[in-house]
Amino acid sequence: MSEQMKDLVRLAASGKINRRAFVGRMGALGLSATTASTMFGIVAHAEGAPVMGGTLRAGVQGGQSTDSLDPALAASDVPFMINMTWGETLVELEPGGVLSMRVAEEVTSNADATEWKFKIRQGVTFHNGAPVTAEDVVATLKRHTDDKAQSGAQGLVKGIAEMTAEGDTVTLKLAAANADLPFLMADYHLIIQPGGGVDNPAAGIGCGAYMVKEFEPGVRCVMEKNPNYWDKTRGFADVVEVLSINDNTARTAAITAGQIHMMTRVDPKIAEMLASAEGVVIERAAGPGHYVFIMHCDKAPFDNNDLRMALKLSVKRAEMVEKILGGMGSMGNDFPINAAYPLFDETIPQREFDAAKAAEHYKASGHDGSPIVLQVAPAAFPGAVDAANLFVASANEAGIPLTIKLEPDDGYWSNVWNVAPFCASYWGGRPVQDQMYSTAYLSTADWNDTKFVDANFDALLVAARGELDPVKRKAQYSEMANILRDTGGLICPMFNDWVEGRRAEVGGWQANPAGTLMDGKALVKCWLNA
Amino acid sequence: MHPLITLVVQRIALGLILLLAVSVLIFLGVEALPGDTAQAILGQGATPETLANMRESLGLNEPAISRYFTWLGHALTGDFGVALTNKIDIAQAIGQRLGNTLFLAACAGVIAVPFAIGLGLLAARHNGRWPDKLISGVTLAAISLPEFVAAYFVIYLLTQVFPVLQPVSMVFPGMGFLERLHAVALPVIVLVMVVLAHMMRMTRAAILNVMQSPYIETAELKGLSPMQVIWRHALPNAVAPIVSVVVINLAYLVVGVVVVEVVFSYNALGQYLVDHVTKRDLPVVQAVGLIFAAVYIGLNIFADVVGIVANPRLRHPK
Repeated sequence: MSEQMKDLVRLAASGKINRRAFVGRMGALGLSATTASTMFGIVAHAEGAPVMGGTLRAGVQGGQSTDSLDPALAASDVPFMINMTWGETLVELEPGGVLSMRVAEEVTSNADATEWKFKIRQGVTFHNGAPVTAEDVVATLKRHTDDKAQSGAQGLVKGIAEMTAEGDTVTLKLAAANADLPFLMADYHLIIQPGGGVDNPAAGIGCGAYMVKEFEPGVRCVMEKNPNYWDKTRGFADVVEVLSINDNTARTAAITAGQIHMMTRVDPKIAEMLASAEGVVIERAAGPGHYVFIMHCDKAPFDNNDLRMALKLSVKRAEMVEKILGGMGSMGNDFPINAAYPLFDETIPQREFDAAKAAEHYKASGHDGSPIVLQVAPAAFPGAVDAANLFVASANEAGIPLTIKLEPDDGYWSNVWNVAPFCASYWGGRPVQDQMYSTAYLSTADWNDTKFVDANFDALLVAARGELDPVKRKAQYSEMANILRDTGGLICPMFNDWVEGRRAEVGGWQANPAGTLMDGKALVKCWLNA
Repeated sequence: MHPLITLVVQRIALGLILLLAVSVLIFLGVEALPGDTAQAILGQGATPETLANMRESLGLNEPAISRYFTWLGHALTGDFGVALTNKIDIAQAIGQRLGNTLFLAACAGVIAVPFAIGLGLLAARHNGRWPDKLISGVTLAAISLPEFVAAYFVIYLLTQVFPVLQPVSMVFPGMGFLERLHAVALPVIVLVMVVLAHMMRMTRAAILNVMQSPYIETAELKGLSPMQVIWRHALPNAVAPIVSVVVINLAYLVVGVVVVEVVFSYNALGQYLVDHVTKRDLPVVQAVGLIFAAVYIGLNIFADVVGIVANPRLRHPK
């Protein structure tokens, strides 16, 4: 970094220039606008400039001794956090829904969004010393299309008809137009591995800012700074650790005692108390995750839209946000999209509790009055049983004979979810609307857990995917949201915020709604003020 | 052959048969759980396609009986295979975790056993008076608290009010002995609280029982002090029941402390077992179940043998 750049960083850190001036002047010194903007976010956010050195520890919930370092298999927060620290994707999703360039330096498409070119950054190396090439990228993507990899991202890469590597450029030809393809490449499964990780997918070798030194599944992962890392605005601590601490109380005690520097999933009920503890700061980010009750649109009595409407109208949403989320969230509107998504239509009216209308729809449905059974287990989402009880109380108020059937946690996802016609569940959300709708609401989707079939909706989804004009696209998404809201099988009473804790001495924190702990990058982007 | 050796050999043989029976039971139990490994691993992410792929690659399409015998054959040669879920060698993973389990149990046992027996003797010595009542009251109160409540209580007291210990007790290879002791201090305190009462009460009861015998009266009449009477004459004859209770508690410290492990994030066998049960990772469940059963059976054989050796009537059968 030149002297002039350092001066600018100092100015930004002391709040003397704004982002626009910073980016402009850095641009004059030859730095790209995206890099400069990211840099500004880092230096201006903390009181001081980044501090090097030390050991940064994260206490994360959701680790098991069955975990693996294979990015394809990551399904809970601990492996997610570990992989995001040693690995890097082509692009990343920044706060505000914009992409930043990582392994890819530049992304371009043809006019109809059917062919995408990713220019691979030069001078990036894997932890084993090999340079990151376009061939590695293609091999990585190919591995995730293979059934044998059992990848959580298989659905994302399935639509890529042809992948080729030529020089430093990866070309992806799509079976159908997709304007969101770069966003899909930010998925946490798609970490670039040497040779695609085909030989040893769980080796933990990537091109991220930290290198895996020790990994004990379900216990911890110790990672050391990668001395050859290309981006000097990341990787400040010498060593970072992800500790798997599943018990809420233990995690909370560990952060107040200073044994860890950041933690996931602060229980909303104690967030306020924890915030008053010395040296602890609570961070919130309104993310796309949501808690849901899902009805199968093809099974009686839920095949009747009047009955579905009656149930949707009989939820007291504000009460649920208050009591289940401790106020740390927002009301849902029976479609899976909120303001965390680009192109969200905020003019769609909020659905409220309306006993009279609910009773009207219930009567119109001609239901015989037999109990309507909602199946729920504590595992469905935190507070699921309480939420179901609130739902039953308000539905009974509207004269709907809703009852609960309590299920065991064990086997819930195999025996109840996607099997029972009406049950509680959750969604973590996706970076873009297309991905969320394609994953769970397209009539042919693997995870269509409401068995929702609507030809018009499907057609709109495909049309919007190839639409490059944001205004038209927004209108299409708005129409889809309305269709789902008024005819779908989804009851979405609330979106849950990420509620996390960090020590006051952690610098560089910047909440990211896309995922927990700054979308998994907290250990990479934060530093430890002495 | 000396009848004592015959007895011990018989016990061990019986133990091995029991172990085999246990392995069958564990297998049946896991089979009876709803869902299979593939479904448990994929969870909400399951589609018929990925399910079929995973079943195929995990070998779940084989009949249950053939899976059981394949496993048993390997286990007898010390090969537990790899975990279905993350392909990590089971014997290796268990080795480290078992070490941690035994370390915690040993720390708790070394403190709890002498302490409990000492308190039991003291309570017997002052039978019915205030030291007896105080000891009984405090230890019973400690055992009546559920483990996790006791754990949260000591976490609050010793990491928040008086920050001298750490709430997360993970131990790692390469840690020094003292560092390890410091890390496990909190769970050890909780476990000592939990097992103390049982052993103390049994010691007290066994001693008091012996104290009714005529020969104790003789000893008293010889002019021995009450503590000498208990130590030299009562305790040796009360050893068998005390040892069997001590052994039950030691076995508990090895196999039954998963709640404490979770609360303190202690990386030992209990947590490892529970994780693999929820994922229906049969090879791991079998292996750990077998180890737990072996510990239980082994310790009980030990208690039996001590009971026999301590009792002249069993040692010299007519």
